[in-house]
Amino acid sequence: MDTLLSPLAALGRATLSLLAAIGSVAIFAADAVSQILRPPLYVREFGTALLTIGWFSLPVVALTTLFTGGALALQIYAGGARFNAEAVVPQIVAIGMVRELGPVLTGLMVSGRVASAIAAELGTMKVTEQIDALTTLSTNPMKYLAAPRILAATLALPLLAGVGDVIGIMGGYLVGTSRLDFNAATYLTNTAQFLVAGDVVSGLVKAAVFGFIVALMGCYHGMNSGRGAEGVGRATTNAVVSSSVMILASNYVLTELFFSA
Amino acid sequence: MIELSGVHKSFGAKHVLQGIDLTIPRGESMVVIGGSGTGKSVLLKCILGLVRPDAGSITLDSEDVTRADRDAFLARFGMLFQGGALFDSMTVWQNVAFRLLRGTQKRPKAEAREIAIEKLRRVGLQPETADLFPAELSGGMQKRVGLARAIAAEPEIIFFDEPTTGLDPIMSGVINDLIREIVTEMGATAMTITHDMTSVRAIADRVAMLHNGVIQWTGPVAGMDASGDPYLDQFIHGRATGPIEAVR
Ligand SMILES: Nc1ncnc2c1ncn2[C@@H]1O[C@H](COP(=O)(O)OP(=O)(O)O)[C@@H](O)[C@H]1O
Ligand SMILES: [Mg+2]
Repeated sequence: MDTLLSPLAALGRATLSLLAAIGSVAIFAADAVSQILRPPLYVREFGTALLTIGWFSLPVVALTTLFTGGALALQIYAGGARFNAEAVVPQIVAIGMVRELGPVLTGLMVSGRVASAIAAELGTMKVTEQIDALTTLSTNPMKYLAAPRILAATLALPLLAGVGDVIGIMGGYLVGTSRLDFNAATYLTNTAQFLVAGDVVSGLVKAAVFGFIVALMGCYHGMNSGRGAEGVGRATTNAVVSSSVMILASNYVLTELFFSA
Repeated sequence: MIELSGVHKSFGAKHVLQGIDLTIPRGESMVVIGGSGTGKSVLLKCILGLVRPDAGSITLDSEDVTRADRDAFLARFGMLFQGGALFDSMTVWQNVAFRLLRGTQKRPKAEAREIAIEKLRRVGLQPETADLFPAELSGGMQKRVGLARAIAAEPEIIFFDEPTTGLDPIMSGVINDLIREIVTEMGATAMTITHDMTSVRAIADRVAMLHNGVIQWTGPVAGMDASGDPYLDQFIHGRATGPIEAVR
């Protein structure tokens, strides 16, 4: 009987703990948002967060989108050639980059770089009692640590994704004009004429959501880190895994929303 | 006056506090002793609301600490954490002056720095340490910076978690004198955790011994030697054998 029921019990336990986790993340998120909306903002913390999350992520975002834009151009050309539609390369690269790959790649790269860094930093602060010390010094850790980072990431990601879009299109352009015999001027006109504002805006909105997710998961796992070095390690891994999964899941939901709109 | 009654706290299956009853009178220096891992740090954190007790009540001047206005409540406290808990991202003086640089006690930077350097001097640290980062200091120095931070805003109630652990005997003497001074001159209420019996005699008005999750003995420091309590006797004389089992 026991062996028969134990898989069911395990499933039940897993479901309950998943629901509990969702609940505590939701409460954490609501608290963080209310801290962001209520002044004052810790300006210095916000500035530092903006610099580390936004500025220092530029190289990795630029490199990923550049290579992906180039590869995309080749793939679309190869696919398009099967029904004599090679000419659509500039348009599809632009659409693919701006609506989908720009924001998603930026989100995932920043998740690896930033969610882990935030979780490790706040996790270390948690296990060395620095977060308790903040509280005893009459400073709300949510306001002082979480709010500036989450706000900075939410604002920085659309900017990063915008840069990524441009560089990705440039990657396609470089491959298109050097390897695929596209005329440089035609390539650019086709790109520019085809894109509409909605493509760009929907991509940037996605990026803002991804930025929120990345910093939220970094802060949540860091501030709830288990004890010792092992606890911090686990918090870091969980932050990256959960933010990556949430980025991809919310990307689908957002795409559906923009698709039917 | 701080009053604890029937305070319980468990972590998982580990029942750390099993009904703590303790009164800390205003303006007195209470020292809590007890073996490692008996829950002394957890006890301090319960009073500060950093750890939520499972049962029991804690009041400050007859007001339930969980119902008090958090900001006003915490503004009355200073706390030295066992590990120092200095902010790595800030210099030593910015750590010490943390409370003086923001919030209700905010003042000009130059003034805050001056106060920080004065407090550093009182814990036996040179003004040159002010611009170093915590990672550049030894463990004992970090402890003293934590102490300076705890007293920087001159709180009414100060908790010291093992203030002399890791210090040399002379520096321990300096810190003991400082804590005594803060209580007698500033009229502060102090609660100190220590294993060091010299410290106990130097600092305490009253002593409480925590063992097996309860206050095993409490009384004035003068009554400590003639308590007749076998647990307390074993602890203050550091005997390996007695009612307290030392697992080997
Ligand atoms: N946040 C926590 N989570 C789980 N266990 C804890 C936590 N804090 C303390 N403990 C446990 O409670 C016990 C008492 O800890 P502590 O109060 O730090 O002891 P000490 O008397 O040496 O200060 C220890 O066994 C410790 O492992
Ligand atoms: Mg302790």
